[in-house]
Amino acid sequence: MSHFKTLFDTYNWDFTLASIYDKTPVDVKNALAKDKLDLEDFKALISPAAKPFLEQMAQKSQQLTKKRFGNTIQMYAPMYLSNECQNICTYCGFSMTNKIPRRTLTDAEILKEVAFLKNKGYDHILLVTGEANRTVGVNYLKNAIQLIRSQFSNITIEVQPLHQEEYELLVQNGLYAVLVYQETYHREEYKKHHPKGKKSNFDYRLDTPDRLGKAGIHKIGLGALFGLEDWRADSFFTALHLQYLQKTYWKTKYSISFPRLRPHSGGLEPKVEMTDADLVQLICAFRLFNEDVELSMSTRESEIFRNHIVNLGITSISAESKTNPGGYAVAPQSLEQFEISDERSTETIVKMLKNNGLEVVWKDWEQFESV
Amino acid sequence: MNQKLKIADKEFTSRLFTGTGKFSSSKLMEEALLASESELITVALKRVDVQNDEDDILSHLKQSHINLLPNTSGVRTAKEAVFAAELSREALGTNWVKLEIHPDPRYLLPDPIETLKAAEELVKLGFVVMPYIHADPVLCKRLEEVGVQCVMPLGAPIGSNKGLKTQDFLEIIIEQSNVPVIVDAGIGAPSHAAYAMELGADAVLVNTAIAVSQNPIAMAKAFKIAVQAGRMAFEAKLAPVSKKAAASSPLTSFLN
Repeated sequence: MSHFKTLFDTYNWDFTLASIYDKTPVDVKNALAKDKLDLEDFKALISPAAKPFLEQMAQKSQQLTKKRFGNTIQMYAPMYLSNECQNICTYCGFSMTNKIPRRTLTDAEILKEVAFLKNKGYDHILLVTGEANRTVGVNYLKNAIQLIRSQFSNITIEVQPLHQEEYELLVQNGLYAVLVYQETYHREEYKKHHPKGKKSNFDYRLDTPDRLGKAGIHKIGLGALFGLEDWRADSFFTALHLQYLQKTYWKTKYSISFPRLRPHSGGLEPKVEMTDADLVQLICAFRLFNEDVELSMSTRESEIFRNHIVNLGITSISAESKTNPGGYAVAPQSLEQFEISDERSTETIVKMLKNNGLEVVWKDWEQFESV
Repeated sequence: MNQKLKIADKEFTSRLFTGTGKFSSSKLMEEALLASESELITVALKRVDVQNDEDDILSHLKQSHINLLPNTSGVRTAKEAVFAAELSREALGTNWVKLEIHPDPRYLLPDPIETLKAAEELVKLGFVVMPYIHADPVLCKRLEEVGVQCVMPLGAPIGSNKGLKTQDFLEIIIEQSNVPVIVDAGIGAPSHAAYAMELGADAVLVNTAIAVSQNPIAMAKAFKIAVQAGRMAFEAKLAPVSKKAAASSPLTSFLN
């Protein structure tokens, strides 16, 4: 049985980081001249040496994205089902030790939130929970998916890592994709930020995409939380993970997200800063490295940044997201997991996308399985 | 006037088939597809809400000369493809289906085994089956045997705009086929389309090259003209190609 850990353990963080910073303008030029980029080319594109080439990277990224995905962008909405959590994560508003009111949505509350999002036009939904196995375990998730699947053609979850059999069960019930971010691929730093709870098990989390691939999921979303460690090294390991998964689970689609640390109650200051220019560089580097991976942009980023990044490689985007359970219609005043930055309405975002020459795609999936 | 193309019970004046993906708006899509004069237009079932009369894509394809060709993009197995085709027949009222089974989401390359299985089943269920496949001459004959009404071999991976990378195999397919051969995928320029027609392809299907061009309407017209020119040249019979000039002192002149 294949596991990413076997490959991952052959890499050393410090050595990898140094090899990225050692890249030269010649390495960058070589990478820009190639059609098929390898991981060394990716390192060159995320290195400081690539900064003067940012415009060239952006041009190429836009061109490749349009060729593959056309003049379109997919809309999705996150829906938080629960903020109960048994983990301590230093950067998260839902961390167990934070004294906030906890809530898990009932069926009626879920349907109320759904009605709000359907009214806005959404057809792809992302369900989010903390990790509280007794209240929001696999049975809760299965029930939620069954409850809403007639109303959404595409359902994704971002929840605690599950067992392969549990994923299989959810897939049978209509689950399309799972997002599971490693947060950081730096083993020791990971331990510092996740001192308690099931999430403190680095290896189990690292193995999650393998279990998803084996369970036959349609799409897996990867990413690192930028701010915990050096974004360049974390991005390299994300790319390594992506390449391994694409070769191993070749029927599965992949997406990458780019969360940067945002303020929240009891917040953590980023250890390593990632500037807007860095994030543009990274998004373009991922597109040049991989023409077909989906690149996703949340409301964590600012209006002005989102207005421009939608034409540089991004393929899916959310709008007016709420990061608290019931945040749309049930309990709009409750505390959020983190503050979003771009608070514009769905209608405003749709208009912005159209002004950018992009056709807004609401529906791009159909369950062609008789269940 | 070029010969008409017949597939199943339908005759087509235009040998340019088109698709609906990747346009920057449905309005632009409609204008470009009208400019192409295409009479067979494929639409991904996963992208449309077949239950909804007001669906943005479908409502822009209502002209009487347009025949909808639903495609099964997104399915990974024969079973899913059959399910999708039945759904589309019921909802869209057409028994035509472009059979696309590509379990590989990266290059969207068709699975020949599942495609053959699904084609056989769909023919039995009364569908006009147009299978998207590799430029594999044996597979084309096998599909013909199970009763598909045409074959749609690829010129290059979908959306790659690379042209007729599979030319040698396309030529064998065209030579051997008893059903129309439609070159699908990879055609990135009007010259590619014209060339496919000159080789004897019965039609071509073009989407990305039109939708992603800076001016989709002008590009649609360019493809229309190229396909007409290529077909006209094919029907007029191209002069044979010779690599050398005719020798001025032929070796056999002593026989005269």
